[in-house]
Amino acid sequence: MIEATLRLPRGAFTLDVSLTLPARGTSALFGPSGCGKTTLLRCLAGLERAPGGRVVVDGEAWQDDAAGLFVPTHRRAVGVVFQEASLFEHLDVRANVEFGWKRLAPAQRRISIEQAVEWTGIAALMGRSTAGLSGGERQRVAIARALAVSPRLLLMDEPLAALDVARKAEILPAIERLSERSGITIVYVSHAIAEVARLADHVVLMDAGRAVASGPVGELLSRLDLPLPPGEDAGVVLLGEVGALDAPWHMARLDVPGASFWTRDPALPVGHLIRLRVLARDVSLSLAEQPGSSIANQIPAVVEAIADDTHPSQVLVLVRVRTHGGTSALLARVTRRSAQALALASGLPVWAMVKSVALLD
Amino acid sequence: MSWGDDGQAVLLTLKLAFVVTVLLLALGTPLAWWLAHTRSRWKAPLSALVALPLVLPPTVLGFYLLMLMGPHGIVGRATQALGIGLLPFSFAGLVVASMLYSLPFVVQPLQTAFEAIGARPLEAAATLRAGPWERFAHVALPLARRGVITAAVLGFAHTVGEFGVVLMIGGNIPGATRVISTQLYNHVEAIEYPEAHRLAAILLVFSFAVLLGVYRLRPQGALVAAPADGAPRA
Repeated sequence: MIEATLRLPRGAFTLDVSLTLPARGTSALFGPSGCGKTTLLRCLAGLERAPGGRVVVDGEAWQDDAAGLFVPTHRRAVGVVFQEASLFEHLDVRANVEFGWKRLAPAQRRISIEQAVEWTGIAALMGRSTAGLSGGERQRVAIARALAVSPRLLLMDEPLAALDVARKAEILPAIERLSERSGITIVYVSHAIAEVARLADHVVLMDAGRAVASGPVGELLSRLDLPLPPGEDAGVVLLGEVGALDAPWHMARLDVPGASFWTRDPALPVGHLIRLRVLARDVSLSLAEQPGSSIANQIPAVVEAIADDTHPSQVLVLVRVRTHGGTSALLARVTRRSAQALALASGLPVWAMVKSVALLD
Repeated sequence: MSWGDDGQAVLLTLKLAFVVTVLLLALGTPLAWWLAHTRSRWKAPLSALVALPLVLPPTVLGFYLLMLMGPHGIVGRATQALGIGLLPFSFAGLVVASMLYSLPFVVQPLQTAFEAIGARPLEAAATLRAGPWERFAHVALPLARRGVITAAVLGFAHTVGEFGVVLMIGGNIPGATRVISTQLYNHVEAIEYPEAHRLAAILLVFSFAVLLGVYRLRPQGALVAAPADGAPRA
């Protein structure tokens, strides 16, 4: 578990957080640019010191100013990946990856160079100089370099922000499995909801230096009372597993708590854990089941809340699905006119018509 | 005057320049590191002090040093009390004077190089378990290597070429303080133009070669410009 209580005035805002992050998996610090995410990350790393602050990682105090304790960065079991790869230009790729690793006592080397290289897919780059690497390659080397110090906590500060879409797609899968494979707790800073939806297990929403909300990704992204970025990206993240296959039709049933979705077969075995993203724009609402529709995923639900959307003609509707004992939230984007025509209100039973779901991993 | 005297002057000059360069790199590096990283209010006055020899007539510097290191100066009394004797008109005195005279030529390239590295590589090194000394030795110094070479070359060359300070503080003692520039002056005084030509040509070619080397090292920009080396890329 990571506990941080930090207060640090910055020009435009004052970082003022007191939060607890789970010890496992990937936590995302999510919020608009300049909301204090990076400052918080730098405080966790010890690169900045918030006077009077406190940082405890897995029971080990890294900063406790009340007791006069501040562990300098190089003595913290931390790894950091910056937005720019920040490779050492005077060293080749191998020397960069081994830079921190060779400074560890052999007993502390829980992650080998080979593992760090394999997880980031940089085996072919090891003999190269850093000069000729692409942006994506540089960032993967930087991740391998940070992994190789066997950190207890890996901090990633918008590692994909400087990369184009193709490079992002190249690195995302590697980051996705990192926490699970390595057992390292990851704190990932991002202002891109797509990255958060894909990578995070736990989300801390930040705004103007404060942690506005904190919770599991599925719960937090479905909340309508938070200043989440509106627009095309509004949607929920659902965690579940492959429930059944329909081989003749190349379809698979993806089960999440309270609902199931039929999609095209992702070539994964039954029982495989999956993460789904359902965008609000892909969900419409109906008062009754529509047997004459091509939409295969029609799920009974109950309206929970309605909120304004970016455009005055639309609203976002939070509905709760509740079958087989479990429960999940979905967001639907409908026009204000339809909402009135259907008399949508909290507690109204409806059918969620889900046009498509995105399988994230 | 013979080649013997000239040769002695050349050897003494090289010895002086070598000793001064080594000492200046040793003392100038921490000073440049501090100047590059400090936010102290003493940064500006200290920077100005370091740069002073760039604009001050060497005779002014030499005069004050002569006063300070002379029998009635503070430094002079201290050296006498320590049993070292007086520094003016000795090789040691020349070394001290030359170090002050060449200080900006060593400190400024080092400072520029350290500043060009920026904070990021050092922060990255800290997150990779490198302590302060390792960050300096294994990251900052290698990334600033061009600055170090430039500082050494400029410090050496500038010491070789000094005249005013030498004359004020060292005089013209064969084997002890008579360097190339003062020997050249002697030749001209004695109307020995062929010998003067020879020494002048040596200095001219040497200086040109040094500067050519420095500009080759950093093709773009002036001597005081930041080296591109080591700057983090986006």
